[in-house]
Amino acid sequence: MIFSFEIPLLLLLLVTAAGAILVKDLISAVLLLGSYSFFLALVWAWLGAVDVAFVEAVVGAGLGTVLFLLTLFGTAPKDTRLRRPPPSLVTLIVFPLLGVLLLFTANDLPEFGDPNSPASVHISPTYIEQSYQETHTLNVVTSVLMDYRSLDTMGETVVIFAAGIACALLLRRNA
Amino acid sequence: MVDTFSAVIQRPNLLTFVIIFLWGFYIMVTRYNLVKKLIGMYLVQTSVIYFLVSISAKKGATVPILFSATESVQAANYANPLPHVLTLTAIVVGVATTGVGLALCAAIYRRYGSLDEQEIIERLE
Repeated sequence: MIFSFEIPLLLLLLVTAAGAILVKDLISAVLLLGSYSFFLALVWAWLGAVDVAFVEAVVGAGLGTVLFLLTLFGTAPKDTRLRRPPPSLVTLIVFPLLGVLLLFTANDLPEFGDPNSPASVHISPTYIEQSYQETHTLNVVTSVLMDYRSLDTMGETVVIFAAGIACALLLRRNA
Repeated sequence: MVDTFSAVIQRPNLLTFVIIFLWGFYIMVTRYNLVKKLIGMYLVQTSVIYFLVSISAKKGATVPILFSATESVQAANYANPLPHVLTLTAIVVGVATTGVGLALCAAIYRRYGSLDEQEIIERLE
């Protein structure tokens, strides 16, 4: 089940990300980035993370794309630099090295979809089995987000408030 | 070497994460257009979140919403909910910081008339 839909979806993810990177016209790049967000939401829904998929579809694909488009309509919608100088030697050495290092960790990671991976056996069964008795909410993600970790959620709203104030200050008419 | 290669092939989530992460990071470093840099930053953020969520997947498990309130719950039947909670916060905060970056881009464009890094540096001098 895990491998049947996975490869085409991940390929679509890679293709839309490549499109967002390679396209010259910035508005097309931003729209491709929005479709990348939607495919990411699809992948997450299929991995069983429906709440994350909803948030990505609404906030990432919806609000993020709208913010990018609003900025582009107010500024220059074209990447004016048609010819770039070649990347420096440091980037050409560091990035393949980083990629090899990251891929080298594959031996020690749990397999994809492994029910006995360390992340799934330590504390998370306790949350799944106890949360209904303690919070009377069927959705475990909601009960963790709004009950056990509600202070973290309040911190998140403080961050969003600070970001909103920063945007308002930056976009004042007579700044 | 062969072991590592087959291990990577068995973990396509890691391979996708590494490709998108490094490509987005490379775009952030090498491109001159500020909006293009922000697109790279968004790709880096979402690739890390994707990898965290992919760790929570279990074979044969369903979404972490309990079927019934009365029967006893088997943890192996539900996906791990904790990475979902962490990434919910991370997505919203990531979009908020991207919004601040875009507001900075708009302010820079109003002041210097360009979004190209080199042109802005020339106009600063």
